[in-house]
Amino acid sequence: MTTIRPLSEALTGTSVDIPHGQSLLRVDGLTMRFGGNTAVDDVSFDVGRGELFAIIGPNGAGKTSIFNCMSGVYRPQAGDLTFLGESLLDVRPDDIARRGVSRMFQNIELFDNLTVLDNLMLGRHQHLSYGMLAGMVYVGRAKRTEVVNRRIVEDIIDFLEIESVRKFPVGMLPYGVKKRVELGRAMAMEPKLLLLDEPVAGMNVEETEDMARFILDIREELDLTMVLVEHDMGLVMDLADRVMVLDFGVQIALDTPDRVQRDPNVIQAYLGEGDEGPTLDDEAAAAEARSGQEARR
Amino acid sequence: MTGPRGDTAPPKAARATLRGRPSLYTDYAADQAIWNTPAKRYWTVALILAVIATPFLPFVTRSQQADLTLVFVLAIGGIGLNLLTGYAGQVSLGHAFFVGVGAFTASVLGGMPTQNVVGFELDLLIWLPAAGLVSMVLGLLVAPLAARVRGLYLAILTLGLVFIGEHLFKELRSISGGQGVGRRGPDPEILGFALFHPQEIFGLQLDRETPWYLFTFLLLVVMAILGRNLARSRMGRAFAAVRDRDIAAEIMGVPLLRTKVLAFGVSSFYAGVAGALLAVSFGQVTPENFGGLGGLLLSVEFLAIILIGGVATMSGSIIGATFVVLMPRLVQAFAPQIPLIGDGALLSVQQLEGILFGVLIVLFLILEPRGLFGLWLRIRNYWKAWPFSY
Ligand SMILES: Nc1ncnc2c1ncn2[C@@H]1O[C@H](COP(=O)(O)OP(=O)(O)OP(=O)(O)O)[C@@H](O)[C@H]1O
Ligand SMILES: [Mg+2]
Repeated sequence: MTTIRPLSEALTGTSVDIPHGQSLLRVDGLTMRFGGNTAVDDVSFDVGRGELFAIIGPNGAGKTSIFNCMSGVYRPQAGDLTFLGESLLDVRPDDIARRGVSRMFQNIELFDNLTVLDNLMLGRHQHLSYGMLAGMVYVGRAKRTEVVNRRIVEDIIDFLEIESVRKFPVGMLPYGVKKRVELGRAMAMEPKLLLLDEPVAGMNVEETEDMARFILDIREELDLTMVLVEHDMGLVMDLADRVMVLDFGVQIALDTPDRVQRDPNVIQAYLGEGDEGPTLDDEAAAAEARSGQEARR
Repeated sequence: MTGPRGDTAPPKAARATLRGRPSLYTDYAADQAIWNTPAKRYWTVALILAVIATPFLPFVTRSQQADLTLVFVLAIGGIGLNLLTGYAGQVSLGHAFFVGVGAFTASVLGGMPTQNVVGFELDLLIWLPAAGLVSMVLGLLVAPLAARVRGLYLAILTLGLVFIGEHLFKELRSISGGQGVGRRGPDPEILGFALFHPQEIFGLQLDRETPWYLFTFLLLVVMAILGRNLARSRMGRAFAAVRDRDIAAEIMGVPLLRTKVLAFGVSSFYAGVAGALLAVSFGQVTPENFGGLGGLLLSVEFLAIILIGGVATMSGSIIGATFVVLMPRLVQAFAPQIPLIGDGALLSVQQLEGILFGVLIVLFLILEPRGLFGLWLRIRNYWKAWPFSY
């Protein structure tokens, strides 16, 4: 009936007015300890505008902990995080969201009792500007705001091809669809930086390809900067501009995908102590098997 | 076409083909409306008309009518608790405290002064909103504390309110009339029109209870619509997000403390209004109604309303209030026919009521967490799908 809007028209707030390649996010000497366990050990890196930056490393390397520091859930013992020139330390999670950081979680964190639509509308929370009383009366601005944002959410639903489940409670959806809904919710936030924590974990080949296509399309259409954590090496090497490798919280490499793959330190970390340890490919396969189990749970 | 698309009105030709297919939404506003299907609209209107007609039916007794008034009042309080507990996930045993604050605020502002108690005999248009607002302010004061704890600790903290309330209500004798004595509630009058008084409107003769019955019902309809709008709008979604996953909600941009505080505030407002109305319906209010053990029982009754009626639905609060008021009447009516029930027998009628409530709450929690409303949804969906049972 009407033409479908391109995403870039629905989500206009994702662009940043700094030159391409210039630092959007700077992590400086980040250190996060849990008791005696140093999950993140003096890690520093820069993510440039428009970049797709990947973080890889074995289980427990501290990848998710870095994300949790960025979202304001963990408070690092040392180091600094700077986003768009402002420190994120001691900033509340909801305030960090408002500044333009959104996120997909390793273990799906959707609101299970709410419909797909409501989950995505929740992503729009910070962009809806009417108060509680206006919502109770539900005329004028509140109503208009709801309709305008519903349309934005519908554009995302179209893009992710989840039209048929828009009114289903999220809890009853299959794993792969939930992952899509979570990506949709993160997009609905209209972020300037998108953090993806294992977006294809537990997915089959087809679902993985779909997800990769979505990530590429989002990147292209929205000019969005992303940080990707993933065990699927194929995906990382295909998509990422640069890759950082962590091992027991320590940054052991940061370079382009092909150079990282040949880095002796990285090979050593993935090989472990002995000669017969897993290779990068084995690690990827193991991750797939492991997350497959996770998904079945 | 799988659902609503498009923002502009369909062209003429399209509109012509859409005619006669009322269940097809052509814009988001229609899909988002409260009564988004014709069936829901017709049923709501029919129900409202039936309730308005009830006092005029010859076989409806005065006490039955008073029971229905009580249903409306408790439903308003139930909606308040449902917003806090059902939607925002904050279990509260302190609801009776806020109901009590509303009742005494209304009694002071709208009641008659006597030698023992103060009273200002103001208009309902003043004391009713004031009762809600005073409760709300207290709710907002308590909320920052309550928002920092959860689960069992929150239940205990809010339970404490009921006992603080007992102390407060008993000590402030010039307001409450004191322990065991109490005071008279407010006389409801709007701009000189007495609501608890025989009246004549449009040539219709109304007896003493009927204007009050109609007024509380009107208020329930208004407050249920406001509550429903809240639930489907920005803040209601934030409530649900905080209930389901608070940390994820925060990362999505929902301020946790602020959202919980607002939930307490709006819930206490509803409680205060319900308290003010209760003070009128009771005629006489005592500290024991709302504080201490009596308060705890009232709080549990509100929890029963939302658990039995249906958590996180407006209709559930109303169904639950109906059930909580009418079930004891049914038990009383049928008790003489049940062996071993009655005075001096194995169980008294009150004990049977108490046991039934307890058993029902447990059964609903286990078998149908969506309450009676959920049961109704199941039946409706069964018949919608009939003869296919899936
Ligand atoms: N909240 C916490 N409390 C205590 N220890 C934690 C906490 N979060 C993470 N850790 C520890 O920090 C280390 C890094 O965990 P993290 O989840 O960041 O690893 P990861 O790289 O994301 O691993 P995976 O690939 O399995 O997701 C682990 O040793 C983990 O046990
Ligand atoms: Mg992780």
